[in-house]
Amino acid sequence: MPPVTRHLLHAGGLALWFMLLALPLLAVRVDTLHNVVEWRWENLLWVGSGTFALALLWRLRAAWRRSGHLAAAPAAPGRLAAFGTRLFDEPRLYRPVLGAILAAALIFPWLADTYQVNILGLALIFVVLGLGLNITVGLAGLLDLGYIAFFAVGAYCYALLNTRFGLGFWPCLPLGGLAGACCGLLLGFPILRLRGDYLAIVTLGFGSIARIVLENWDEVSGGAQGIAGVARPGLFGAEFGLAGMTTYLYYLLLGLVALTVFVTRRLQHSRVGRAWVALREDEIACAAMGVDVARTKLSAYACGAFWAGLVGVIFAARNTYINPNSFTFMESALVLSIVVLGGMGSIVGVVLAALALVLLPEYLRALAEYRMLVFGAVMVAMMILRPQGLVIARRRRYRREGDA
Amino acid sequence: MVYGIIRLINFAHGEIYMLGAFIALIVAGALTIYGFSGWAILLLAALLAAVYAAAYGYTLERIAYRPLRDAPRLSPLISAIGMSLFLQNYVMLAQTPDFLPFPALIPEFGFLEPVAHIIGAAEVVILVTSAVLMVGLTVLIRSTRIGKAMRATQQDMTMARLVGIDVDRVISFTFIVGSVLAAIGGVLVGSYLGQINFAIGFMAGIKAFTAAVLGGIGSIPGAVLGGLVLGLTEALAAGYVSSAYEDVFAFGLLVLILILRPAGILGRAEREKV
Repeated sequence: MPPVTRHLLHAGGLALWFMLLALPLLAVRVDTLHNVVEWRWENLLWVGSGTFALALLWRLRAAWRRSGHLAAAPAAPGRLAAFGTRLFDEPRLYRPVLGAILAAALIFPWLADTYQVNILGLALIFVVLGLGLNITVGLAGLLDLGYIAFFAVGAYCYALLNTRFGLGFWPCLPLGGLAGACCGLLLGFPILRLRGDYLAIVTLGFGSIARIVLENWDEVSGGAQGIAGVARPGLFGAEFGLAGMTTYLYYLLLGLVALTVFVTRRLQHSRVGRAWVALREDEIACAAMGVDVARTKLSAYACGAFWAGLVGVIFAARNTYINPNSFTFMESALVLSIVVLGGMGSIVGVVLAALALVLLPEYLRALAEYRMLVFGAVMVAMMILRPQGLVIARRRRYRREGDA
Repeated sequence: MVYGIIRLINFAHGEIYMLGAFIALIVAGALTIYGFSGWAILLLAALLAAVYAAAYGYTLERIAYRPLRDAPRLSPLISAIGMSLFLQNYVMLAQTPDFLPFPALIPEFGFLEPVAHIIGAAEVVILVTSAVLMVGLTVLIRSTRIGKAMRATQQDMTMARLVGIDVDRVISFTFIVGSVLAAIGGVLVGSYLGQINFAIGFMAGIKAFTAAVLGGIGSIPGAVLGGLVLGLTEALAAGYVSSAYEDVFAFGLLVLILILRPAGILGRAEREKV
């Protein structure tokens, strides 16, 4: 049998299998009101042809690789890739690029309307969340599925302090961050002994507990109605209109993103950061090398939670209204997929992934309901095809004097 | 049980349970319209649900887990979460985001008439089915060839491979058995509670995992005991404290058990080897 026929047969078989799988759920809809069964064959056709095309592509790619067409590519990296690595390595190159991006971000509110600025602000919130979770998951390798709870802690911290005690935005900002970090420490203690999947499920449990408590503890958190009338941040008593406030918040978030990037970058290459990475790679070897595992884990938790708490305060101030629905598992999953997609431990990757994952569904409104479907598929595909993420985290290289 | 063998939380286990319930619902609905009745519907619906769940479980394992068998532990976990999200939203988009009424598939028994206020037909069917499945599963694992292979794989995957066990096939088989059980559970719970939606699988999956951890991973009596303890704790907490906090108690129990006795009630502790 010629290989092309084999590929076609294989792809056809896969397509049939998936059509069979999809048959009862996609093709049949029972209308109990009118007592008719609705057959939707066109959906099945989509599944079949889609699978066929994908399977064919996959097999052709694999065959190609075997025959050596693609094998040469990684051995001799293209000029673009070489430029990419140099871009990250040499301050002479990346500084102007960074400056250009920063300048573009700074003048953005003057070029675009309030709506655009507002959306970009939301994306920036997720950038900070992604960077925070990147510390816990990406650097230290502790999978946290309840990360959004720390975000909630920050948001509720500001909302309560503001509506009950009239505290302003600025004193609350560090308080929210500290509250998040304290919660991170508190949660970190009991689960230090757990590893891998147990850790994931317990953090998931804590995340859900936090949300359920917020939903039901009416006296403090306002229950499912949440807290309304949270004050927006002020600036030396200046008054803003709606557009002005959006711009102001945008700059605030931009500043926070810059701060987060700066701090995580410094942390990553510090003593603590290297301990985190060592912990991720091999816990036992790491302990054997004299790293205090318990302290390292706790610090990773606290650092990750700190940023979530901090940006939670801004989130509450930005919306002026919060309720438990903003802090569901779906949000945790979104932040996690940002980290996974961006490449664990890579700051540039996380920033890009956060912008992509928040902005794309916003602009492709028609596809918004397929958002979570695509996220799920992307998470699986990323793990199989490119576990290191879109932008590979690079280890810092150390040079001896006189080497360069 | 799946967890015990491949040492990986199958986040998508609950989604298979949900899929099973949905497929049974669709089949039952279609059959009712085409004029079948009574036991025929129940049996056909349950059978098709089980077959489809097995097919989905097998495909799931092939796509999301097998390529990652030798990857770091975080990778299959994330891909499992991705799969769970995907399946949830797939069912939501393909069918409906609303709660669907689940038909009472289990007919009433005549001979239960005198005690109907204490125990209904649905409860009897659930109890009997669970008991039968439990015995069947124990026999399967204790005394069949494939059961032996499963236990060997659980103990040491590399060694199992060395003595000639086709580990991939054993794991596929485990997924199929687990999925069938999940689907049957989905059908039973669906017809007992009377409504389902696309999100029921998530909590169910976590609770199933809690029960398994509670009883000791890989031990069937342990899983049953864990399930009972979990169910009773939840029911008591809901009754005496507040029904809103039901899930909090489930999670609280899980956290406590993991911290105090990670091996479970009936499990034995394992030491990590380097």
